[in-house]
Amino acid sequence: MSNLFDLLVAGLATGAIYALVAVGFTLLWQTSQTINFAQGEFVMLPAFLMLAAMHVGAPFWLAIILGILLSMILLGLAFKLLLVDPMMRHGVLPLAIATMALAIGIKEAVKQFFSAEASPFPSIVPTGDISILGHAVSLQSLGVLVVAILAVLGLTTLLNRTSLGHQMQAAAQNPTVARIIGVPVERMILLTFLINAFLVALASLLITPIYLAKFSSGEVLGQAAFIAAIVGGFNQVRGAIAGGLLIGVLDNLAATYVSTQYRAAVPMIFLIAVILFRPQGLLGRAEERTV
Amino acid sequence: MSGFAKPLKIALGLAVIAALIIVPMNFNRYGLFILSQWAVMSIAAMGLNLTLGYAGQVSLAQGAFVGIGAYAAAIMTTHGWPLPAAILVAIALSFAIGWVLGYPALRVQHHYLAFVTLAFSTLAFLVFRNESWLTGGIYGISNIPRPHILGLATNKPLPFYYVCLGSLAIASLAVWWLIRSPWGRAFMALRENPLRAQSLGVDTRRYTLMAFAIGSALGGVAGALYAPLTQYIDPVPFNLSLSLDLLMMVIVGGAGFYFGPFLGAMIAVLLPEWLRFTEGYYLMLYAVAVMLLLIWSPTGILGILDRYLAERRTKAASALRAVAKSRLETVQ
Repeated sequence: MSNLFDLLVAGLATGAIYALVAVGFTLLWQTSQTINFAQGEFVMLPAFLMLAAMHVGAPFWLAIILGILLSMILLGLAFKLLLVDPMMRHGVLPLAIATMALAIGIKEAVKQFFSAEASPFPSIVPTGDISILGHAVSLQSLGVLVVAILAVLGLTTLLNRTSLGHQMQAAAQNPTVARIIGVPVERMILLTFLINAFLVALASLLITPIYLAKFSSGEVLGQAAFIAAIVGGFNQVRGAIAGGLLIGVLDNLAATYVSTQYRAAVPMIFLIAVILFRPQGLLGRAEERTV
Repeated sequence: MSGFAKPLKIALGLAVIAALIIVPMNFNRYGLFILSQWAVMSIAAMGLNLTLGYAGQVSLAQGAFVGIGAYAAAIMTTHGWPLPAAILVAIALSFAIGWVLGYPALRVQHHYLAFVTLAFSTLAFLVFRNESWLTGGIYGISNIPRPHILGLATNKPLPFYYVCLGSLAIASLAVWWLIRSPWGRAFMALRENPLRAQSLGVDTRRYTLMAFAIGSALGGVAGALYAPLTQYIDPVPFNLSLSLDLLMMVIVGGAGFYFGPFLGAMIAVLLPEWLRFTEGYYLMLYAVAVMLLLIWSPTGILGILDRYLAERRTKAASALRAVAKSRLETVQ
């Protein structure tokens, strides 16, 4: 029993990080039909930006702030202006391919300018265990969970409770009508890109102490986020959250109870099953088909 | 491409074929390897172009079919079977699996389909890696023999390059014939407007599965040539990134254009090699080049040519109109 409890906590912690990445992914899809194949690399990069800031002498807290700001400029603003804007009107596929190329570019740049080796990364939460209900729970898992939950709560409050959030939703759901009633659609789309950049930087900060900073670590992360987004429902923020948590737990349970060799297969089979039997995702709404 | 006169086109085609046969004769071993790789990847990309460019079904699993073909060929030829038999098995196997993978395409479209095929790709990779009784696991299969064709050994790089080039020629002719057949037209109808195609009596169900199966079978052929080309295979080359690379080749070359995959494969295989002199930067430059190209022309390289020809035709037509109009006016 104690083993299962540990697995669940660890699974929820990684799942919460996947959820952050998946939420950003669905936000981009909803507002601009961008399928960002570089999302995993987007999570990998901010950790290196923070490491670079520390390398030139910034203390850890300053490095975090600089890393997040730089991510928002590079992965939010520059990504939208330089790559997404010129390609958006040409359909989903060319843009998706361009983000694949971007993924290769980011990976190679990090390998070339930083290091091909894995680098350790400081944790924002102290290591150690605390006891909950008689179980030892690692502070790191708990810290990750708390930060991720706060971020998600903050985001859903922004989206559902504020005028800004409503404008963003309007821009996503029906840009034409939103424009007519005076929503600055372009600015709202830019805002979702900035939010996505913030979320991936946060995810980077949370996950890198666990898995080390490595140029190739984006592949696994990106895939987990895709799966989480699809399983939960491609067009729903809360779906992406549920999907992220589910995939995190499933992944951890599969590693113990299935086999380490086929651990990666479990989320994939789950994904295929969801797409075949409930293509709109567990919490998603069906998309209308038009002639 | 209809802007050129027909004899000119034929002459150009013959010149390219002659160059592909004659020029590599004094290439070194590595140059021939790269060129053979281009031929093999062109076959795989051509298959994906059929599925994606003509029938409009997104597949992120073409790399897995190259893997299936490669393992089929590696296992059979190391057990003493001739390569042509292995190619036939690779075709049959990829065709059957591709057909089955087409079933999700009947239910879901676009990005959902992309993700089902992405999941399949990962599953195939896991099978290659983990079923070591069959595939040799992470150690792979080595000493894959190259075939004897009509009694001639093709162990040397040049003869084997001709085997790859000949296979590419056969595959190209088959695809050329296919897209001009009623099937090809049905594929395009599927891409342009599935509902209208259905209402016109096209069995969309069968053609969707067909598009997947035939495209995958070409992936299998490419794999069956890849194994004797490298003479050693392990699971790593057949992971998801190969599928993504093949997709990139098709889009960069120009999806839905017959010559798109050849150009796309050329860029994906040769451009990184040409950029090697930049050492660590070559893949970065390659990525930037692909992004710039797609920003400039989202329909790929042939899209640029297509637009240019279309523009020239409209200009020529309006010039003709202007001439005709002024003539009319002088007559009056």
